[in-house]
Amino acid sequence: MGWAIDVIILLPLGAALALVTLPRAGSASLSRPLALGVAAIEFAFAIWVAVAFKTGNAHAGFQFTTRQSWFGPLGISWYVGVDGISLFLVAVTALLFPIAMASPPVRNSPRAFYGWMLLLESACMATFLSLDAFLFFIAFEVTLVPGYFLIVGGEGPRRAYAATKFFLFTFAGSAFLFVGIIFTYLLVQGHEPHGTVDSFNIVALARGTVNLPVTDQDLLLVAFGIAFAVKMPLVPFHTWMPDAYSEAPTGVSMVLAGVLFKLGAYGILRWGIFLFPLAAVQLAPLALTLGVIGVIWGSVVAAMQKDLKRLVAYGSLAGVGFIVVGLFGFTSQGITGGILEMVNHTLVTGALFLLVGMVWERRRTYAFSQLGGLQRATPILGWVFMVVILADLGLPGLNGFIGEFLVLIGTFITHRWWAVVATSGAVLGAVYLLWAYQRVFHGPAQAVNATLKDMTWAERVAVAPLLAAIIFIGVYPQPVLSRMEPAVDHLVAHIEAADPGFKIPAKARGHGTFVVPKDQVVAVLGASGPAPGGAGSLKTASAKRGAK
Amino acid sequence: MVNAAYVVVALPLLGFATNLVFGRRLKEPLAGWVGTMAAVGSFVAALITWVTMLGKPADQRVANLNIFTWVPVAGLHVNAGLWVDPLSLTMILFVTGVSSAIHLYSIGYMHRDPGFDRFFVYLNLFLFSMLVLVLADNFLFSFLGWEGVGFCSYGLIGFWFQRETAAVAAKKAFVTNRVGDVGFLIAMFLIFDHFGSLNYRNVLGTLVGGHPVGLMAGAPGAIPGSTATAITMLLFLGAVGKSAQIPLYIWLVDAMEGPTPISALIHAATMVTAGVYLMSRVAPLLHYAHATSWVIASVGTGSAFLAATIAATQDDIKKCLAYSTVSQLGYMFMAVGAGDYADGLFHMMTHAFFKALLFLAAGAVIHAMADNQDMKKMGGLARFMPLTTICFVAGWLAISGIVPFAGFWSKDAVLDSVWQMNKVLWAIGAFTAGLTAYYMSRQVALVFMGKARWSEARPEPVGAAVSGHGASVHSGGDHEVSEPGLPAPSHAGTPHDAPWTMSLPLVLLAIASLLGGGINFSAFGHFDYLSRFLSPIFPYATAITLSSGTKWALSLVTLALCLGGLGLGLRTWRSAEHPALEPVFLRRAWFWDAVVSATVSGPLRAGADALAFVVDGRLVDGFVNGVAGTLALSGRVVRKLQTGYLRTYAIGIGAGLIAFLAYITFRVGS
Repeated sequence: MGWAIDVIILLPLGAALALVTLPRAGSASLSRPLALGVAAIEFAFAIWVAVAFKTGNAHAGFQFTTRQSWFGPLGISWYVGVDGISLFLVAVTALLFPIAMASPPVRNSPRAFYGWMLLLESACMATFLSLDAFLFFIAFEVTLVPGYFLIVGGEGPRRAYAATKFFLFTFAGSAFLFVGIIFTYLLVQGHEPHGTVDSFNIVALARGTVNLPVTDQDLLLVAFGIAFAVKMPLVPFHTWMPDAYSEAPTGVSMVLAGVLFKLGAYGILRWGIFLFPLAAVQLAPLALTLGVIGVIWGSVVAAMQKDLKRLVAYGSLAGVGFIVVGLFGFTSQGITGGILEMVNHTLVTGALFLLVGMVWERRRTYAFSQLGGLQRATPILGWVFMVVILADLGLPGLNGFIGEFLVLIGTFITHRWWAVVATSGAVLGAVYLLWAYQRVFHGPAQAVNATLKDMTWAERVAVAPLLAAIIFIGVYPQPVLSRMEPAVDHLVAHIEAADPGFKIPAKARGHGTFVVPKDQVVAVLGASGPAPGGAGSLKTASAKRGAK
Repeated sequence: MVNAAYVVVALPLLGFATNLVFGRRLKEPLAGWVGTMAAVGSFVAALITWVTMLGKPADQRVANLNIFTWVPVAGLHVNAGLWVDPLSLTMILFVTGVSSAIHLYSIGYMHRDPGFDRFFVYLNLFLFSMLVLVLADNFLFSFLGWEGVGFCSYGLIGFWFQRETAAVAAKKAFVTNRVGDVGFLIAMFLIFDHFGSLNYRNVLGTLVGGHPVGLMAGAPGAIPGSTATAITMLLFLGAVGKSAQIPLYIWLVDAMEGPTPISALIHAATMVTAGVYLMSRVAPLLHYAHATSWVIASVGTGSAFLAATIAATQDDIKKCLAYSTVSQLGYMFMAVGAGDYADGLFHMMTHAFFKALLFLAAGAVIHAMADNQDMKKMGGLARFMPLTTICFVAGWLAISGIVPFAGFWSKDAVLDSVWQMNKVLWAIGAFTAGLTAYYMSRQVALVFMGKARWSEARPEPVGAAVSGHGASVHSGGDHEVSEPGLPAPSHAGTPHDAPWTMSLPLVLLAIASLLGGGINFSAFGHFDYLSRFLSPIFPYATAITLSSGTKWALSLVTLALCLGGLGLGLRTWRSAEHPALEPVFLRRAWFWDAVVSATVSGPLRAGADALAFVVDGRLVDGFVNGVAGTLALSGRVVRKLQTGYLRTYAIGIGAGLIAFLAYITFRVGS
């Protein structure tokens, strides 16, 4: 069944290439239906994978894997697959793209707009699904190019500045990732007694990285971390973000904030914490502090914005802060909550940018001073906006609360005070979101605002799936959580095994065992006796740490 | 038939969904009847559940009904489940009962409001949330209801959202509540950390384990006093927010911007009592946390006294009642602090009856006065609105603690247990009882007696009523009048009583205010039905060991104080002008609200502004742009990029990858 994953990555890529080869004359009318059709098929595949995905502790490893040697001598391969961590990120990405593509391009020609969007979708999917560090790096980098051209296609006066800033920032971050991957590869090779044929394989790398000297692990995690922190973005690497989001057209803001954002958060979990668990535990106070700062900084700065779109952009900063706080708690609840927050953030921020776009369509401005009293003329838009805002500020019964609560309760167990400070985000979030709502929808309606048109049917259809997912995850998160948990439990066990001094109480770690994820190719750590990188080498790592 | 408890919760949810989807088409009054029927049906189901439970022996009146698994992650397992026991039964009975009356009243009150269906959407959602809050079998599901009622309160305070003050008040209420909710959340984290569960049975059951009558009894366990204190203090922070106690009471007065039935239902009878419910629920934890009990009793006493002094100086009929609510909630917390949970709940119920009555009657008055809320511009209404007057008088005597009205019995019971705890707290409480009688009599005198001052006030435009309350800028009429195309609610001619949908609830609540004390005559031996019904759930409740002589003496002293206050209030306020009795610092609520507002809009806002535009905008962004500049990436190069030479970079990525491959090949090859 692995071909499903291949299709998910390659289908949009193929469609993008097809669009480019279309004759210029026919492309204008053809490109939109083609792109939307492809995105819909993509979504169907993603749903099918999510439904067919096996749950339970026996299926903690990767599913739907395919593996094809690509660049043999270096051990680079087309190795893709999905597990509980990436499953729902793929699903919501596939959900968000068609909705984002439904909003019209602004400056790009239709062909360029849909072509770049499809390429971006393909690259995002590949980033989530690749299990080969090299493939991951390519996919991660490729997202920059369509990102740049899509931002430039926006309507704002500073769009070129914003796009360039976006590109340079993330490109600079990627340099660290590049160096990090090379060194990881080289160092693991150097420490591997038998050598190996597939050393860019994530499982093989994870098996090797635990043998590295502790300082090496720390440095490598920092290198990976910087790249991902820029992409997420974490304070203080964030200043490209508000410009990029607010200058881009609606559909692009949706995928930038909804999906691209998540590449960094996903990366730090999959390639940072997983490859360097010991370093992650050591550096957790730093990461948690940055996360907590993000929560507070994002909310406070968002509250003071004079522009609705920039407010939403800064609000995402707070969302990312919560994700980081959850991931670096290293408990099942915290990490599950962190992943769920990524999913939620895609849904909620995506929906928010979509709705903000609808306000723009009607009023041609984002400035709070020009808005106000919209609820009178557009009650349905007001209701939908309210539900999304409530999800964002964490009202129980909607998806945001489940993620936020799990993040906080999980991290509270291992890193109490960070969780306590982050909980203040519950108040700050309410402040900036409700204030924004008040300034846009409440109060007396000025002349123009009193006669706006309410949501059209097309707009309702566009936002309905997001709203449905927001409510479903809030009311009945079990199907989602049960698919995430096995992979997360194993990851938690992996972290705990890497640092014998770090104890996670039973209630916070589920039933994971001390292995790198089960995989049909790589031997289970510790279970196969003399396997290199077994318990013995764990001891050396910790002994070195003790000596330090 | 314990399963009727499912129906209790399901009906309001169904009513909510129906009105949400079809409300626009159902229109007035059908949407209102859908909502009202859902509430009444829920009340009937609650009665069935209660009768079923009464059929069982006292120590088996408990049922745990699971609906579905809500949040399962590793050791955290949270169900959406219901917990039916005497405490939750007491709560659902009075919540659905009072709620039904207020739903009915609203059909008349919201007549011709353009948001009629929206009103009932919120009202049913509120009822559903409140029922989840009290029926949930774990902290997290309760928290769902807790936040749900908070949201409905937000929506209903801002119901007339076109009024700027209403929008601001709604936000203030939500945010202030959220401050308390942070306490609730962190308390849950601590509970999970210590007990590994959030279920009431697993958490509280271990603490009452082995106790002969503990309904939740599980394996015996204990908890360090410091942990119990931390958990209960944090939960109490949540309760202080929701129940509007010092220092978070500031939102409740502004909440009066909402329609009057909301003030009655949410901001007097039910939602604000959630804090008292929560603290009663965790009574087994409080047993291990003496410090918290003292804090609860002190905050309660302080709030009772402080709010009563403020209520004595307000001109706005609703704000006066709002401060009175803060004060009465203070009494409930006094009882909880003293360990006398049953009497706290007793006072909660009687208060629900008489305060809902007072608010609804005030609503009828406001209607008759063409939305004027200034009591100084009323007077002499007894002649024109006889039924409303009689009902209001019942509420007045009940809250003033005059025998035999309900308030007398419950307030007396509360003060008895406080006497046993601490005499100073008792003295403040007893004095406040007299003060209560005084300010309520002032209200009755101003509104219903004396000269009719409204005839000269009539020509003034609606909403021009100037309230003496400085913190919130203006208190307009109760109804949205800026609605163009709709006639402003006109009540030309003389004021008159309200239609039957509004009068019937008034009469029912008036009867309850008169006879409600009968559910718990703790003064007379065996008539303490409520206390006995609740006793299995409070195995650790403090026993009241006062002699009946002491009780009689205390009752007489309190009653004397109440009668004194009553007489003084009536005598003084038959003519409306006594400015000397309304010092500015009381009219402006001890300036606390002003201090908070000044802090938020002053230094806090300036700091946030600096963070947003100086630190974030100039320093951080400036720094990275500067770095880019010194790296010569800006200037000409950036300008070049801006004109579309990014292709170069795309090529750069490609070239980099090739170089990388070459390097690796070289390494591997060597």
